[in-house]
Amino acid sequence: MDLAVVELSRLQFALTAMYHFLFVPLTLGLSFMLVIMESIYVITEREIWRTITRFWARLFGINFVLGVATGLTMEFEFGMNWSYYSHYVGDIFGAPLAIEGLMAFFLEATFVGLMFFGWDKLSKQLHLLVTFLVALGSNLSALWILIANGWMQNPVGSRFNPDTMRMEVVDFYSVLFNPVAQAKFVHTVSAGYVTASVFVLGISAWYLLRGRYTALAKRSLTVAAAFGLASSLSVVVLGDESGYALTDHQKMKLAAIEAMWHTEKAPAGLTLFGLPSVKDRETRYEIKIPYVLGLISTRSLTGQVQGINELVLHAQERIESGKLAYGALEDLKADRTNATARATFEANRSNLGYAMLLKRYVPDPRNATADQVMQAAWDTVPNVPVTFWLFRLMAGLGFFFIGFFALAFYYATVRRFDVKWFLRAAVIIMPLPWLAAEMGWVLAEYGRQPWAIEGVLPTFLGASSLTVAQVWTTIAAFTLLYSALAFIEVRLMLAAIRKGPDSKRGRDLASGVEPTDAGYAPLPAE
Amino acid sequence: MAIPFDYETLRLIWWLLLGVLLIGFTLTDGYDLGVATLLPFIARTDEERRLAINSIAPTWEGHQVWLILGGGAIFAAWPFVYAISFSGFYLAIFLVLAALILRPVAFKYRSKHDDSAWRSRWDWALFVGGFVPALVFGVAVGNVLLGAPFRLNSDLRAFYEGSLLGLFSPFTLLTGLLSVAMVVLHGAGWLALKAEDGVVMDRARRWGKIAALLVIALFAIGGVMVATMNIGYRLEGELDPAGPSNPLWATSVPAAGAWLDNYGRHPWMLLAPILGFLGPILAYAAIAGRKQSLLFIGSALAVVGIISTVGLSMFPFILPSSIDPHSSLMVWNASSSHLTLWIMLVVTLIFLPIVLAYTAWVLKILFGRVTLDDVRTNPDFY
Repeated sequence: MDLAVVELSRLQFALTAMYHFLFVPLTLGLSFMLVIMESIYVITEREIWRTITRFWARLFGINFVLGVATGLTMEFEFGMNWSYYSHYVGDIFGAPLAIEGLMAFFLEATFVGLMFFGWDKLSKQLHLLVTFLVALGSNLSALWILIANGWMQNPVGSRFNPDTMRMEVVDFYSVLFNPVAQAKFVHTVSAGYVTASVFVLGISAWYLLRGRYTALAKRSLTVAAAFGLASSLSVVVLGDESGYALTDHQKMKLAAIEAMWHTEKAPAGLTLFGLPSVKDRETRYEIKIPYVLGLISTRSLTGQVQGINELVLHAQERIESGKLAYGALEDLKADRTNATARATFEANRSNLGYAMLLKRYVPDPRNATADQVMQAAWDTVPNVPVTFWLFRLMAGLGFFFIGFFALAFYYATVRRFDVKWFLRAAVIIMPLPWLAAEMGWVLAEYGRQPWAIEGVLPTFLGASSLTVAQVWTTIAAFTLLYSALAFIEVRLMLAAIRKGPDSKRGRDLASGVEPTDAGYAPLPAE
Repeated sequence: MAIPFDYETLRLIWWLLLGVLLIGFTLTDGYDLGVATLLPFIARTDEERRLAINSIAPTWEGHQVWLILGGGAIFAAWPFVYAISFSGFYLAIFLVLAALILRPVAFKYRSKHDDSAWRSRWDWALFVGGFVPALVFGVAVGNVLLGAPFRLNSDLRAFYEGSLLGLFSPFTLLTGLLSVAMVVLHGAGWLALKAEDGVVMDRARRWGKIAALLVIALFAIGGVMVATMNIGYRLEGELDPAGPSNPLWATSVPAAGAWLDNYGRHPWMLLAPILGFLGPILAYAAIAGRKQSLLFIGSALAVVGIISTVGLSMFPFILPSSIDPHSSLMVWNASSSHLTLWIMLVVTLIFLPIVLAYTAWVLKILFGRVTLDDVRTNPDFY
C-alpha cells in the first residue's frame, strides 16, 4: 500500500464529504419548515403564508441544487478512491446506498421539480403533499446513509467469507436496526433542523433590524423559534443516546472522547475539562463531575467504562488471535479443502481485521514481532486530544442552541420582535450550527480511526491502487470547482435575501402593506 | 428463511436489472444530456435557449437519480464491478462527475441574473454537462468491450495498469461518438414531444436527421469491428454459475469475434441489434414525415436496442481483464452474496413500481408543450 495515496484519499474524502454536508443539514431542516409554513397557508388560507413559503423555497432551491450535485461525488467516490473497501464490504454497505437511491432520492428529486414548477398546476392541498414528499425523501436519504455509516461504526449482521475474501451479510435485520445507526439518524436530522432554524431565524432577524419585510420576518422567526427549540432539545437528548450506543459498540472511541486512560471504579466521572497528553498517556488538570459518565453511558451505577490502557491490552489479544486467522486464511488460499485451516480460521475469524493492522509494519502479519504487535495495538487509539476537544466544543454548542432558542421562543411568544441585541446575536451566530455539524462528523469518523470498518478493515487497506499524481489531480480540481460553486452560491443566496419575495405583491405582503391590487383570488404568480 | 430463488437465477435477474438501470438512465436522462448537447446548435437567442432548457428543467433531477441508483445498485449487486471500474477509470469518472456537477448548478443558476455573459457561460456549462458524460460513458463502454488492463491479487485487491489516454483508441472513440449521437437523437426526440413547433424544433430536426444517420453508420461500423478485429473473450473450462464470487477461479482467454458467439447459440438475441438499427431508421423517417411522437419512439428503440446489444454480446462477461486470464468479471463470479441479491430484489420489486408510478404522475401533471410564450410569461421558468 502506498501510504501517501491513502492519506490523500482520506483528505479528498473528508473535503468532499464535509463540503457536501454544508448543504445537507439545511435541506433536511428547511424542507420540513417549508411543510410547516405551507400547512399554515393551507389551513388559514392567508396569502402572506404563501409568500413566506415561496420565499424560503427559493433559498431552499439554491441550497438544494448543490446538495444534489455534491452528493453524486459521494456515491462514486467509494469506488474511485476506496476500491478495496468497496470490494471488501460492498455486499453489506452497497445495499443501503442502493435503497437510498430507490426509496429516497427518487422521491425528493422527482417532486422537487414539481414543488417549484407546480404552484399553478396543483391544488393547494396537493402542492402541500408534494412539498411534504420532498421533505420525506430528503430525511429518508439521511436514514439510509446513516444505516450505512452506522454499520461502519458497528459492523453487525455480517461475517468474513474466505471463499470470496470479503465480508458478507448474514442478518440484514440487525444491519437495519443497528442501534448505532438509529441513534445517529435521529441525532443527525435533528442537527439539520437546528441548522435550518438558525438560518431562518438569522435572516428574519436581519430583516427586522433593517425594518424590511417585517410581516414575513416576524412570522418566520416565530416558526423558527418553536421548531428550533424542539430540535435543539432533541439534538442533545438524542446525542446522549449516541453516547449510550458508544458504550457497547465503540468503547475505544468513548474512552478517547473522555481521555480516560485508566478504567475507573464504577460509576465513572465525566470530565468537563482537562489537558490530555498522548505522550504520557494521562490527562492533566481534570475537572470531573463524579458518577455522571457512568450514569450516562451505562445507565447504571455499577456498569464500568473501560479506559484506554485496558482496551489496548484487549486489542493486543485480538491481534494475536487475528494472526492465527490470517495464517489459516493464507493456507485456505493455497488449498480450499484444508479442513484444519478452516477450523482455525472459524475459531479466530472475528479478529482477522486486527491482524491486518500489522500490515502497516510488516508485509505478512504472521512474521510480526511482539513490538510490532504492541505498536499495532496502540494504533487502535484514535487521536485523543482532538476527539476530546471536538466533543466538548460540539456538545457546548448543542447546549448553547437550547438556551438561544428558549430565549427566541420566549420573545416570540410575548411578541417582542424589537430586542436589538438578540436580533444582532441571531445574525452573528448563523455559522455556528454548521460548525457544530461538521465537528460532529469529524468526531464520528476521525474517532473511528484507524478503522474504516470498526474492528474489520483498517482504513489504510481500503484505498484504491492509484498514484499520488492521480489523487492530487482530483483534489486540486475538486477544490477549484467546489470553491467556485461556493462563491457563486453565497452570492446568489445573498442576492435572493436582499431582494426578498419575488413579486411586487409578495413584497407588499411581506412588508405588512395591504397590496394595492388586493383580493384573494385569482392569485397572481409570484 | 429460505431464499425462494437459487443463486444462479438471482445473478441472472440482477444482470437483467443492471441492463434495466442503464436503459432507464439513458431513456430518461439521456434526452436531458442530448438537449444540453444540442443547446448551442438549436437555440441562438436567450428565449430560444430557455425554451430548450425548460423543456427538461422540471424533470432532469429525477432522471439523474437513475445514475445515482445505478452507482448504488452496482455497488450492492456487483461490488467487484463497482470497485474495479470506478477506480480503474478514475480520471474519466472524475471528468463525468465534474461535468455532472456543473449541470444542476447551470440549470438552477443560469436565469438568476439577467446578464448575457453570465447566461452564456452557464449555457456552455450545460453543453459540457451533456456532451462530456455522453462521450465518456460511450468510451467507457468501448473499453469494457475491449477488456480493461487490471489484475487481482490473491486478496482480490485490484491493480489497474492503464491510463486516461489509454482509454482512447479508434474503437472506443467510435463507441463514444455513437453514444453522443444516440443521446442527441433522443434529445431531438424529446423536443419533438415537448417543445412547440418553431425555429428551435426545426433546427432540432435537422440535427436529429444527422444524428440518426450517424447512429446507423457508427453502430454498423462498430459491429464490423467487433466481428473482424481482435475483440472478445471466451470462458475456458467450467465455471459453476452458483459458485462463490471469486474471479480467480475462472479462466478467460482473448478470442477474436467471441462477442458474436451468443447470437449463434441464441438467435433470438439478434432482436437487439435489429432494434438498434430499426430505431434510428424509424426516427429518420419520422423527421422526414414530420411525425413528432414517432421520432421519440424511434430514438427510444435505438437506446434499448444498442444498450441491449452490448450486454447480450458480452454475456456472461461484465468486465473482462485484458491482461490477466484469472481476473475477468462475469455474471457468475462478480456478484454479491445470495442473500444480498435476494434482499435487493425484494426492495426493488416493492419500490421500483412506486417510483415509476409517481414519475408518470409528475410527467402527467407537467404534460403539455413548452412554448416561447410560456418562456416570456411564466415566472416559475428558469
